[in-house]
Amino acid sequence: MKYLIAICLVAFSTLRAAAAVDIQEVESPGGIKAWLVEEPSIPFVALELRFLGGGNLDAEGKRGATNLMMGLLEEGTGDMDARAFAKARDSLAASYRFDTGADDVSVSARFLTENTDESMALLRQALVNPSFDEAALERVRQQVLTSIRSSQTDPNDIASREFGMLVYGDHPYATEYEGTAESVATLTRDDIVAAHENALAMDRLYVSAVGDISAEELGALLDDLLAGLPEAGAPLPNEATLTFDGETHVTPFETPQSVALFAQPGMKRDDPDYFAAYILNQILGGSGFDSRLMTEVREKRGLTYGIGSYLVPRDYAELWVGQVASGNDRIADAISVVRDEWAKLASEGVSQEELDQAKTYMTGAYPLRFDSNAAIAQILVGMQMQDLPTSYVTSRNDMVNAVTLEQINRVARELMQPDALTFVVVGQPAGL
Amino acid sequence: MRAILTPFSLTLALAASTALAQREDVTTFTLENGMDVVVIEDHRSQALTNMVWYRVGAADEPAGKSGIAHFLEHLMFKGTDDMAAGEFSATVSANGGTDNAFTSQDYTAYYQDVAADRLDLMLKMEADRMVDLRMTEQEVTTERDVILEERNMRVENSPQALFSEQSDAALYMNHPYGIPVIGWRQEMEGLNQEDALTFYKEYYAPNNAILVVAGDVNPEDVRTMAEEHFGPLAPNPDLGPRVRPQEPPQLAERRLKFSDPRISQPYLLRSYLAPERNAGDQREAAALTLLSSLLGGDSTTSYLATKLQFDTQTAVYTGTSYAGMSLDKTKFTFVLVPADGVSLEEAEAAMDQAIADFIAEGPDPEDLERIKTQFRASEIYAMDSTSSRANRYGAALAIGLTVEDVQQWTPTVLDITAEEIVEAAKAVLDRRRSVTGYITSGMDTDKGTEG
Repeated sequence: MKYLIAICLVAFSTLRAAAAVDIQEVESPGGIKAWLVEEPSIPFVALELRFLGGGNLDAEGKRGATNLMMGLLEEGTGDMDARAFAKARDSLAASYRFDTGADDVSVSARFLTENTDESMALLRQALVNPSFDEAALERVRQQVLTSIRSSQTDPNDIASREFGMLVYGDHPYATEYEGTAESVATLTRDDIVAAHENALAMDRLYVSAVGDISAEELGALLDDLLAGLPEAGAPLPNEATLTFDGETHVTPFETPQSVALFAQPGMKRDDPDYFAAYILNQILGGSGFDSRLMTEVREKRGLTYGIGSYLVPRDYAELWVGQVASGNDRIADAISVVRDEWAKLASEGVSQEELDQAKTYMTGAYPLRFDSNAAIAQILVGMQMQDLPTSYVTSRNDMVNAVTLEQINRVARELMQPDALTFVVVGQPAGL
Repeated sequence: MRAILTPFSLTLALAASTALAQREDVTTFTLENGMDVVVIEDHRSQALTNMVWYRVGAADEPAGKSGIAHFLEHLMFKGTDDMAAGEFSATVSANGGTDNAFTSQDYTAYYQDVAADRLDLMLKMEADRMVDLRMTEQEVTTERDVILEERNMRVENSPQALFSEQSDAALYMNHPYGIPVIGWRQEMEGLNQEDALTFYKEYYAPNNAILVVAGDVNPEDVRTMAEEHFGPLAPNPDLGPRVRPQEPPQLAERRLKFSDPRISQPYLLRSYLAPERNAGDQREAAALTLLSSLLGGDSTTSYLATKLQFDTQTAVYTGTSYAGMSLDKTKFTFVLVPADGVSLEEAEAAMDQAIADFIAEGPDPEDLERIKTQFRASEIYAMDSTSSRANRYGAALAIGLTVEDVQQWTPTVLDITAEEIVEAAKAVLDRRRSVTGYITSGMDTDKGTEG
């Protein structure tokens, strides 16, 4: 591949194109709100449920409980064990994904229209009546421990952990929501039951559906699917206090290529300057685009295969982060170029030409995100969580185009803090 | 809730009508200079995926020049006689699109995702770089550093990837699939401009390319534009059939021990040489595809998961993989991560016993039917991703399959009998044609994950 496809840390501006998608706001008879796009041309439905809270809800000393709980939802319910459940699901050709993040947990379902009732009845069993039996708990615990063990010797994972401890202080963000080998080893069935009640609560729920289903059908389906979940979830965490000391921190690890994460304070998603900051990042290190970092570090100097930067507006912290990987003998050069580019952009800003190019790219690329039912369902749920209106899909590109050169260069001066740009390097870097 | 009955007949009817719809929206034709064109219509949005596939990959490289196919892929983003270095991607960006490329053992493909009304410009630029590539020695030297960093990232920093290279090198005793696509480091370091241009001139020509356009387009418009931009390009009359050195009879099982301190979880990998899909002859590959699903497809219900993770606690993870989309012989692979305190030897013995039991018992009819149901449904789900459909057709044509083969694939899989699956397993799972690897940290090679 010419470029590594950058994986965004947080789905932030995943929003939509013009007219092509007609979003309906649906409310079920039982009062559950959802966004729907009817797409009857292919006989299946993508359903996305998101519950605010996620791994951040783990109680003191119970790190990893939410993650382990989500991993157990499909592992047995009622009189079905894990295998009976999987067979029933596969016989319907349905799929359910249960994911944990720091800020939320998600349930992504895909099912054939003809099997809607059975597919949802089965999903309901997993969501509302999971058995969390001891055999399943032990088996999934071992899988999680295996994954934690593997992450101990992965330079990218080591860098994330070091970065978390350095930046997030005593906030839950400072540690991984998967938990540690120690914390996961001590989790009990009671902890898992508590995590289930804390995380899957109706006052935290966001829903979208895309596919071959009507508003009326969706409303009835949601009431049947979710009735019986608790009304209110566990208290949400407070805002994090971040520390950026501007230093370059090295964690020695025997591997040929050093991995670096770098970051400084970011911006809230609802800040009036957010689009200006977003375009600024696009010019600096955005993906799918000839960014300054890509040009300077890779194209001109050949110091890396992949480099990128991202605005990361999390629920309780805002960061501007980047990543780069270079051979141990070259990472110092790559970091030096990044620091220079950061300082240069802060003091000199961008040109009108750069701004125009970034706008053209961003406004053109936006509709391309809406390329499947599942992708659209995820975008719609993300919009709801950011409290955006359905009209955002048509107004978003206007907001991008409204950013002026004066505004973006003011934001560059105000937001960029070259002295706070903090690096975490994992490897055997020479000259650092 | 107990067993849920699936309306099989209904699903079958639905899949059949969907398959029919798929055929109706796929159009193919060939330009006079030999360039194949596939158009896949999907009018749900105003976007499209434009792909140019070349029937050349890493397995076609000259000896000692490993990595040149992939290196050339990178250099294709430098300039042409009409465009400056980097202008191709910059133009795609300026039109709101994204572009990239990828190289495999069998093909090299370039693509853009872009608004449908920009197709003409994309075709014009692709035609330009098919024949008029230009680059400076400086650009080549810098880009060589980039691919060496890419190798660092993908391979040198990953002990699993390092072992995978060693395993392939042992599995293929004579065929170039034993050489990694990215190249061996010492050969990559010596690649130069002349190597890239020689490879380019030999393989980049319209009669060695396939254009795949998928999205909001109609075939007649694509034909007009393709004829305008690619039509004038001369074919390369010297392109011969794709004949690579083939495997001799494999008579000796190979066993590898690999250790790296970065391995925190010991595991076992076993690969067998296996037949691939061939034009008009896909049954054995279809049987192997089902065999892989039955043995190690689902992490909960597969045969190996049942025997080794549920009935006994021998493993924490088991899996199989088989990819029939290959020009020459492919591989059928097993992976197993032992449970705490289980040695790799014990785990391997249990796995071999389970494989032997499966062959003796034959597939459970209910399991086979369930997996076939999922194949039927996958035809429906596949309609949702235009770019995946473009990839499926492009890759198939690039390895010598036809549009008919692509469309017959699912019906062929559904037609496979339990007996054919057992026969395929017996034929392929012969350890004389296999490589087995024990991958450990080197600290304690006999134990599992104890301590």
